[in-house]
This record gives sequence, structure tokens and C-alpha cells, in this order.
Amino acid sequence: MASIWEYANPKKFIQTTDRLLPWLSVLSAITLVIGLIWGFFFTPDDFRQGSTVKIIYLHVPAALMAINAWLMMLVASLIWIVRRHHVSALAARAAAPVGAVMTVIALATGAIWGQPMWGTWWAWDPRLTSFLILFLFYLGYMALWAAIENDDTAADLTSVLCLVGSVFALLSRYAVNFWNQGLHQGASLSLDKEKNVADVFYHPLLFCIAGFVLLFIALVFLRTQTEIRARRMRALLARERLG
Amino acid sequence: MMPDLGKYADAVLSSYAVSIVLILALVAFSVVRARKVRAQLDEVERRSRKNG
Repeated sequence: MASIWEYANPKKFIQTTDRLLPWLSVLSAITLVIGLIWGFFFTPDDFRQGSTVKIIYLHVPAALMAINAWLMMLVASLIWIVRRHHVSALAARAAAPVGAVMTVIALATGAIWGQPMWGTWWAWDPRLTSFLILFLFYLGYMALWAAIENDDTAADLTSVLCLVGSVFALLSRYAVNFWNQGLHQGASLSLDKEKNVADVFYHPLLFCIAGFVLLFIALVFLRTQTEIRARRMRALLARERLG
Repeated sequence: MMPDLGKYADAVLSSYAVSIVLILALVAFSVVRARKVRAQLDEVERRSRKNG
């Protein structure tokens, strides 16, 4: 089996992801469509939350991806710091807008869901607040990449920012457990069957989560390819300018 | 057939609308930028080969 570090070679990364991208795209579209149609059309209302329970099929997968996208960026940033592989730094950069959009979806659907259930769009609850801070970290991360001209310096500084932001990514996951207060309920998914959502909601939710994960991977592959090409273009243009 | 969403129809439908629009916009933006950068790089590589 090929070593994972082979994919640190930009050419090899593009060749491999080019082969995988069509499959990933089709699979994510199929999984998402099945999950969302199943969840929206073929699940009953919850006895307490009524039809708003259907928001779970967007809110939970988006929130999961918002946190996990940052953790993927953390791993990629650590690889950059330790091994100086450009592809890993560019993969972290590529994942940031995807994670930011997932965070916006989680915040927006959470607010829309919260209004009828809690009687308010927003509360300074530990989980909501840590999610908002995570979103601000995403914005700061993207702004830092855009503000620094030298790619290596940008990768260094954004990696440090990513390490700091990881505290909030973890907090947004475990805030409910740490403080055990606020409006937001505990995790919807649990290995404990008593605490997990009912099977009738759980199975379509699994499809939606799989769809969001596949979509995230497909988008990160595509966007990393773009960042690799953009970096090569900047290098060639710089060489042209030097004559 | 549309399920009966009752008094929460606005909340459910707006959640789906916002999310789907954001996801489609993200996918469209990523694909368009990928094509644009690829075409630009091809052009720069062609020019740089021509100039030696």
C-alpha cells in the first residue's frame, strides 16, 4: 500500500482526487437526496416538537461538519507545522469556507428551530455562544489567509490560529456537558439507546450525516486542487515578473 | 405529496430553503472557481513554455 505521504506530492494528490471526485460527488448527492426526502416526507411529527423535528436532518449534520471541518483543519495544520507539506496547508485553507458555511447553516437552522420551541431566536447559551465564536474563528482564519501574500507565512500563522480555535471547536461539541445549563439540549446522537433519537428519526438522519460527510470530502478535494493550481500559478507569475 | 407541517410550516420550510440555497451556492462557487483557476493556470503554463 502506498504511504499516505505520497499524497503530499501535489501531482499525485490531483491525480488521485481526480479519479475519486466523480464517485464522491454522485454518492454524496444520492445519499443527501435519500436522507432529506426520507426525513422530510416519510417521518412522523415528534410528540413534543411537532413538525419542527424535520429540521434535525439539516441542523445536526451541519453542526457535526462545522466542528469536524475545524478538527480536519487542525490535523492538516499540524502536518504543515511538523512536516511542511504544502498540500496539507492548502487542504486546511480549502476546508475553511466549507466549514464556515456549515456553521452558518447550523446557526441559522438552530435559530429558526429555537424560535417556536424556546420562544427566542437566540440565547447566550454555552453551546450557541461557542458556535458563534467558532464561526468568528472561521472568518478570522479565512481573512488571515487572504491578508498575507507569502503562502508559507500565511500557512504558519493560520496554523497557529487553527490551534487556538480548536478550543472553541471542542467547546461547541462539549459545552452542554461542561456547563450543563442553557437552552440547548444534550447531544442528539448517543451510543446509549435510551438517549439516542428514536429509530424512526435516526435512520434518515444517518443518511443525511453520511451525505454531508461525503459532500465535505468532495468539496475539500475539489477546493484543494484549486488551491494547488492557484499556488503554482502565483509561482509562475512571480517567475515571469522576475524575467 | 407535501406533508402537513401544521403551524410550524414556515420554520421547517425556511430551514430547508436557507440550507439548500447555501449548499448549492457553495458547490457552484467551488466549481466555478475551480474551472477559472484551471483555465488561468493552463494559460500561464502555455505562456511560460513558449517563453522558455
